[in-house]
Amino acid sequence: MVAMFFWAFVIGGLICVIGQIMFDVFKLTPGHTLSTLVVVGAILDGFGLYEPLIAFAGAGATIPITSFGNALVHGAMQEAEKHGIVGVLTGMFEVTSSGISAAIIFGFIGALLFKPKG
Amino acid sequence: MGKKQKKLTPQQQQYQQLEQKHEIPRPVVKNCLKAFFVGGLICLIGQAISYFYIAYFDFTEATAGNPTTATMVFISMLLTGFGVYDRIGQFGGAGSAVPVTGFGNAVISAAIEHRTEGFVLGVGGNMFKLAGSVILFGTFSAFVVALIKTVLIMWGVI
Repeated sequence: MVAMFFWAFVIGGLICVIGQIMFDVFKLTPGHTLSTLVVVGAILDGFGLYEPLIAFAGAGATIPITSFGNALVHGAMQEAEKHGIVGVLTGMFEVTSSGISAAIIFGFIGALLFKPKG
Repeated sequence: MGKKQKKLTPQQQQYQQLEQKHEIPRPVVKNCLKAFFVGGLICLIGQAISYFYIAYFDFTEATAGNPTTATMVFISMLLTGFGVYDRIGQFGGAGSAVPVTGFGNAVISAAIEHRTEGFVLGVGGNMFKLAGSVILFGTFSAFVVALIKTVLIMWGVI
C-alpha cells in the first residue's frame, strides 16, 4: 500500500512534468497541452499500454487527464466486443460518465453557490 | 517560425531579435519541480480517496477510479469557488492543470464567471468553453482508435 502511494506520487508528478515542459519549452497553451495529452492517452490505450500503468501506479495514472482518453477507448472497446462496430459509438462514454457528469453537476452547483470575483 | 519570418520587414526582424534578447527565460527546471510536487500530491490524495472507496464501499481496485474522479471534481469545485485553486495553479502550473481537478476547475470557473450573463446563455453556453476541446479531441481520437482496433479484431489481425 505504501509502495502504491509512492508510485502514484511519482508517476502522477512525472505526467505533470511532461505537461509543464509542453507549456514552457514548446510554448503551448494549456488547451493545446491538455488536448494533446488526452489524445496520447487514447493512443496508448489503443496499444494496450495504459492499463499496465494503472495497475502499477493507481491514481498516479487515473487522475491525470491522459486517463480520460484511455477510459473513452475502454468504454468503446467494451461495447464493441458485445455489439460489434456500432458499440464504438454507443459505448464511448460508458466508463467516463462519472468525470463528465460530475463536472456538469458540480459546475452548475458551483455557479449557483459562488459569485464571480473581481 | 521560418514561414512567418520571411514576411516581416527588416525593421520587424530587427525588433524581433531585440525582443528575443530581452525576453526573460522561463525557469523551466524550477517550474517542472513545482509541477512534479503539486501534481504528485494531487495524485497522492486521489490514491487515498480511492483506498477509502475500496475500504468502505463496494468498489474494487478497477472500479474505484470513477467515484475518485467525481470526488476530486467536487473538491475542485469547492477550491475553485473559494478562489484557492487559482493560487494552486499559479504555483503548480501544469501540476494543477493536468490532473482531473484541472479539468473540473476549467468547467467550474467558466460556469461561475459567466453567471452574470444568466443561467441559460451564460452558464449553460460557456461551461465547456475551455474544457470543450479536451472532450472533442479525446472523444474523436478515442473513436478513431477504437474503430481501427475493432476492425482489426473483426478481420482477425489481432
